[in-house]
Amino acid sequence: MTTLSVRNLRTHFFTKEGVAKAVDGVDFDVAPGEILGLVGESGSGKTVTGFSILGLIDPPGRIVEGSSIRFNGEELTAARPERLRAIRGSEIAMIFQDPMMTLNPVLRVDTQMIETVQAHLKVSEADARDRARKALVQVGIPSPDERLRAYPHQFSGGMRQRVAIAIALLHKPKLIVADEPTTALDVTIQGQILFEVQRLCRESGTAMIWVTHDLAVVAGLADRIAVMYAGRIVETGRTADVIERPMHPYTKGLIGSVPSQNTRGHKLAQIPGMTPSLLRLPRGCAFKARCPIAIDQCNEMPALEEHRPGHWARCWRATG
Amino acid sequence: MIVYIIRRLMQAALVMVVMSVLVFAGIYLIGDPVLMMISPDASELEREAVRKALHLDLPMWQQYLLFVNDALHGNFGKSFLAGQPAMGLIFERFPATLELAFASLVLSLAIGLPLGVYAGLRPHTAGSKTIMTGSILGFSLPNFWVGLMLIMVFAVLLPDLVPGWPRLPASGRGATVDVLGVKLSFLTGDGLLHLLLPAVTLSLYKGALIVRLARATAREVLPMDYVKFARAKGLSERRIVGVHVLKNIMIPIATVSGLEFGQTVAFAVVTETIFSWPGVGKLLIDSILLLDRPVVVAYLVIIVFFFVALNLVVDLLYSVLDPRVRLESRAT
Ligand SMILES: Nc1ncnc2c1ncn2[C@@H]1O[C@H](COP(=O)(O)OP(=O)(O)OP(=O)(O)O)[C@@H](O)[C@H]1O
Ligand code: SF4
Ligand SMILES: [Mg+2]
Repeated sequence: MTTLSVRNLRTHFFTKEGVAKAVDGVDFDVAPGEILGLVGESGSGKTVTGFSILGLIDPPGRIVEGSSIRFNGEELTAARPERLRAIRGSEIAMIFQDPMMTLNPVLRVDTQMIETVQAHLKVSEADARDRARKALVQVGIPSPDERLRAYPHQFSGGMRQRVAIAIALLHKPKLIVADEPTTALDVTIQGQILFEVQRLCRESGTAMIWVTHDLAVVAGLADRIAVMYAGRIVETGRTADVIERPMHPYTKGLIGSVPSQNTRGHKLAQIPGMTPSLLRLPRGCAFKARCPIAIDQCNEMPALEEHRPGHWARCWRATG
Repeated sequence: MIVYIIRRLMQAALVMVVMSVLVFAGIYLIGDPVLMMISPDASELEREAVRKALHLDLPMWQQYLLFVNDALHGNFGKSFLAGQPAMGLIFERFPATLELAFASLVLSLAIGLPLGVYAGLRPHTAGSKTIMTGSILGFSLPNFWVGLMLIMVFAVLLPDLVPGWPRLPASGRGATVDVLGVKLSFLTGDGLLHLLLPAVTLSLYKGALIVRLARATAREVLPMDYVKFARAKGLSERRIVGVHVLKNIMIPIATVSGLEFGQTVAFAVVTETIFSWPGVGKLLIDSILLLDRPVVVAYLVIIVFFFVALNLVVDLLYSVLDPRVRLESRAT
């Protein structure tokens, strides 16, 4: 059974300027122990997808009728606020993009960890502290007792992100949504954290959604990849399939801009043009204006279709 | 920490020297205290005698040095008029002023903070809009007018018109209790009643300030990632607002409360006069009018000390509330 099953997820922001369809009909599954890489450029709706799963969309945003988020068989879009609160942080955890901003600057690390334990379990403070210490050890933070008594500003960015990951791991969640957790860090630390998170997921059977705009990062990490563009998934499949035989022009463009051994030192291939404004999306394929191979038919929206076994694309010109 | 405190005290000493020179020169220039003290038809000889006794016949710089010498020995002279030690006079009155200032601060925090946080959490509700409009009123109504209106309504009109409506006292401190030689009003029911109207008067402006500050900070803190992360951890709304948001709001509130407290103590004259509150503000005004130099100087010395202590407390509080602040760096 899948851990998470998202169907026709639509999250729209009803602003004065109009309705921003940040997520507009997204489908994907994540199985236990599986890592799904959610890739797309800035503004494509990756973070909004993550927040939707946790039920953390604030007004003027709203998950639109007809969306379905099933978590271990339970429909989250119909869950009561109190139920969602109970799930958040214990069964579904999230790691944020900017480690400098995710910890409250005026509270000690132990306070922020212990409160997370006690939000979901009736345990004494000593037991909660013990759990917090173990979580810090798990993510490779030295002298955890001392670090627990420190304030966030006494940690480096990498260490703060480890603390955030430790907080996410406190309740051994079944699903972790990691929203670009390493983009703000330097490459060495990024590598270490990637490696450790992957190990932790494999060991505990935790499903994970790894959000990033960097295809190179997920290529070595994810089992499957879903590429997002303007609120929709345009291509999805097993990592090797998507990387080696991309079907959608946007994915091909992304892969062209990934530095590899033989392109190092050369200018990266860029996809010309910009993400279209969500408020003024053109009719038909949203990538049309930037697509080098667009045809007349592209004025109609293509469906996400399985062109090869397990490899889907949303493009009129995709072939098997 | 020690370095910080020493530096603070040295700053205070400097301020004190400058202040005392200014006050000395000022009163010296304004006029002759002796003329205020004895009857106009006293002989020149009698006046001379009084001048000699108070060392007012010496040149100003000598008088100043004499004062400094005495002050260093803990003696701030006697009031020209009352004949009692100046410090004693002030210490007798100071608790009343402190008590009033403190009561108004507590009141303004107790009312302003919840209202401001509420307005910050739910900015679009009718309640929030009412609160914000009310705070503008609290801002702009002059203190003396509010005081007089409160007296008129609660001490005169309502008790006169509505049978059985309690008449609130509008003058003096009421019954007091002696605690370690200090008279306190708030420990008796009668004293509390006397405290009510003047404290409300003073807390109106402060409360409005705190409402606006709390709202503005809440609006600033709520969209922060760490608030969203706190929700992603599954914390209850109560814990998020009560701990994560409130602790951040308290940082500017503590600073402003400290400043406001100092302001109230130093400038409570108007309210003290309206409510005949036997505080130090009234004493200062009288002493200035009568050129009672020792009292004025002693008052200023105490106020400088008070402000130094207050700033110290605010800074300490600040460093407790905001762990990123280190005192040594703020002192420079
Ligand atoms: N509070 C909001 N009000 C209005 N529109 C919003 C709001 N939050 C998000 N959006 C819209 O949703 C779109 C997608 O945002 P999202 O944060 O999911 O992008 P992303 O893929 O995570 O990008 P990035 O890589 O920059 O993090 C944005 O372009 C924006 O138009
Ligand atoms: S549908 Fe048409 S415009 Fe869209 S990506 Fe495919 S070819 Fe390009
Ligand atoms: Mg994002």
